[in-house]
Amino acid sequence: MTLEQLPTGQRALIAEVQGEDGLRARMLALGLRAGREVAVIRRANLGGPIQVRVGSTDLMMRRKEASLIQLTVIETLR
Amino acid sequence: MKRIALLGMPNTGKSTFFNRLTGASARVGNWPGLTVDLLSARILLAAEMVELVDLPGIYNLHGYSEDEQVVRHFLEHNPIDLLVVIANATQLDRQLSLVLQLKELGLPIVLLLNMADEARRQGIRVEHEKLGQTLGLPVVMMSAKYGQGFPQAKQTIEHLQKDAVARTADPAAFARDDELEARLERLVSNTVHVPVSASQGLTNRLDRVLLHPLFGLPLFLLAMYIVFEAVYTAGTPLQDGVAWLLDAFKEGYVAPLLGGANLELQSFLLEGVYNGVGTVLSFLPIIVLFFLFMGVIEDSGYLSRSAFLMDAFMARLGLDGRSFVMQLMGFGCNVPALMGTRVMRSRGLRLLTMLIIPFSLCSARLQVFVFVTTAVFSPAAAPLVLFSLYVMSFFAAFLTAALYRRRLPNDEPLLLELPPYRFPTARQMLLRGWQESRQFLKEASGFILLGVVLVWFLTHYPFEVQPASSATLAGQLAEWMAPLFAPIGIDNLMSIALLFGFVAKEVVIGALAVIYGASESALPGIIAAQLGWIEAYSFMLFVLIYTPCLSTIAVLKKESKSGWFTVVAVIWPLTLAWLVSFVFYQTAQALTAA
Repeated sequence: MTLEQLPTGQRALIAEVQGEDGLRARMLALGLRAGREVAVIRRANLGGPIQVRVGSTDLMMRRKEASLIQLTVIETLR
Repeated sequence: MKRIALLGMPNTGKSTFFNRLTGASARVGNWPGLTVDLLSARILLAAEMVELVDLPGIYNLHGYSEDEQVVRHFLEHNPIDLLVVIANATQLDRQLSLVLQLKELGLPIVLLLNMADEARRQGIRVEHEKLGQTLGLPVVMMSAKYGQGFPQAKQTIEHLQKDAVARTADPAAFARDDELEARLERLVSNTVHVPVSASQGLTNRLDRVLLHPLFGLPLFLLAMYIVFEAVYTAGTPLQDGVAWLLDAFKEGYVAPLLGGANLELQSFLLEGVYNGVGTVLSFLPIIVLFFLFMGVIEDSGYLSRSAFLMDAFMARLGLDGRSFVMQLMGFGCNVPALMGTRVMRSRGLRLLTMLIIPFSLCSARLQVFVFVTTAVFSPAAAPLVLFSLYVMSFFAAFLTAALYRRRLPNDEPLLLELPPYRFPTARQMLLRGWQESRQFLKEASGFILLGVVLVWFLTHYPFEVQPASSATLAGQLAEWMAPLFAPIGIDNLMSIALLFGFVAKEVVIGALAVIYGASESALPGIIAAQLGWIEAYSFMLFVLIYTPCLSTIAVLKKESKSGWFTVVAVIWPLTLAWLVSFVFYQTAQALTAA
C-alpha cells in the first residue's frame, strides 16, 4: 500500500521512500523516512493535495508524490 | 572583521532571532559570486564588531534548489568564524538531519533550539546537554519570540567567537551523508522525548474549519476581503488626517517662508516637491496598516493553508499552491514575492510564477486606487470598486498562466510544511510596521522625489506658458501619445502620470498632484471634476495591469537571468492592460450612450 491509498485517519509505518534523489532528500528533510509513523489527516477536493502528519510535523503533498511512499499498515486510529 | 553566519531550515524562527540579536538594523549586502542579496548586520559582541549574515532557510545541503546552492556557495567561498544553526525544538526528529550534515563541513557550530516554549507546551522533552555531548557542540534552548534563553544563547555565541579562527567549508563534505538516516534515528531516540499524542489541539480544531472541503476556500476569500476592507476603512481617515496636517504646515509655515523667493522657485518647491512628495507621504498610514495585517497573516501560518486550498485549481493552470502564496505576498510588494520563487526547482514553474506575480495589486498601486476611488466614487461604492480591482488582479494573473502554461511546463513535486497557527507578538508587529515605514520613507525621499521633480519640470517648462498646457513639454509629449490613450479614455494629463508610473506606482499620485498644481486635500476634488467614473475605472484598470515598476523589472531580469523573458514580462502586461481598458471603456461608453 502507498501513502496515497492510506485511508484518512489511519496510521501506518513507512516501509520505503521511492523517487529521484532530490525529491527523496526533501522528503527526508521533512521527516518522511523508513520506519517513521505517518497518517493522512485530510484530502483536498478535486484531486488536490493531501495533508500528512509525520512526527510533530504536518505537511501537504500531492497525491503523485504520496504514491511514492510505500507503507506497512499498523492499526486504526480510535 | 569576524563573521558569523545564521543557518536553519525554513520555519524555525531564524529571522525572529536575527532581528532580536541585531535590533533590526539589517541591510541587504552583496556577496562575491552570489547573484542574490543576503541580509547582514554589524553588531557588537563581546566588545568586538562582528558581521552577522542571515542565510536563506534550507532543508539540506544537496543544492537542488537555488537557495541551497546559495548557501553552499557562500560557505565554500566566504570564511566564517562561527556557524549559528537554528532548529525548531518541536521538530528535532527531522531537523537534526541538517545539523548532522552541517557538522561534516568542519566549521565551528553552535546549535540553538528555538521555540522551546512551544515544545514545552506540547510535552516534548529535549535532553539538550546530552544532545550537545553526542554532537560535540554547544546546544542552547531558547525562544527567540519571547526572549527566554536568549541571554544564554548570546553568551554562548560571544564566548565561541572570541577565539574563533575563520575558515571555509570543506567542499567535499556537501554531498556526504553516509548512514544519515540511521545516525539521525539513534540521535533522536536518545535525546528527544515526544509524548504519544503531541497536543496541537488548537491547530487541529482551526484546521478542521479553515481547511474544510467545502467552506475552506470561501472562508479564506472572506478573510482576505475583511483584511482589505479593514485597511481601507481604518486607513482613509488617517490618510485624510496626514494630508490635512501636511497642508496646514504648508500654508502656515512653508509658504510664508518662501514668500520672498521668485515665482518659479516657489512653484518648484511648493507645487513640485512639497505637493508631490506630500501626497505620497499621506499614504504612509495605509501602507503601515496594510503591512501589519499582511504580517499577521504571514506569521499565522494561514498562507501555507491557502496553498493547500488552492493547489488543485493552480495545478490546472500549470502552477502550484506556492505560486498562489507568492501572488498573495505580491499584494504587499512584488519584489520580495519574485525573490520568493527561489524555492522552486523547476525553471518552467518558476518563470510562470514570476510572470503572474506582477499582476498582484501591490501596496503602491493600492495608493493610486484608494485615491481615485475615494475621489470619484460614492463612499458606499468605493470599497466595492476597490474589491473589483482585486478580482481583476487575480483574473489577469490566471489568464496569463492559462496562456503561457504550455510554453513553460513543469512537473515539480509539491511538498510544503503546514506549521501550527501562531500569532505574532506586539513587539514583532511594531518592528514590522517600523521596517515598512522606513522602507517607504526611503523610497519617498529617493526616486519618488526625483520623479515628481521631473514631472514638475515637464509640466512647467517653458515657464512663460500656462503650466500643464499643451505648450509645455509634457503637453507635447502627451499629444504625441494621445492616439494610444484616447481610445481607452485616458486624457493627455493623465497619460503623463502613467508614463511616470512606469518608474514606480507611488509616483502616479505625486505626479497628478504636480500636474494639477493641487495640494493633498484639494486634489481629490479636481480629479472628481476631471474624470467620469468610466474614465476613472479605465485608468485604474490600466494602472493595475501594466508594468508595475522599474524595481520589479530589474528583479525579473536578475532572477530569470533571461533577456527574452524580461521583454515578454514587460510587453505582455502592457498589451493586456491596453486591451482590457479598451474593451471596458468602449463597452461602457456604448452602454451608457444607448
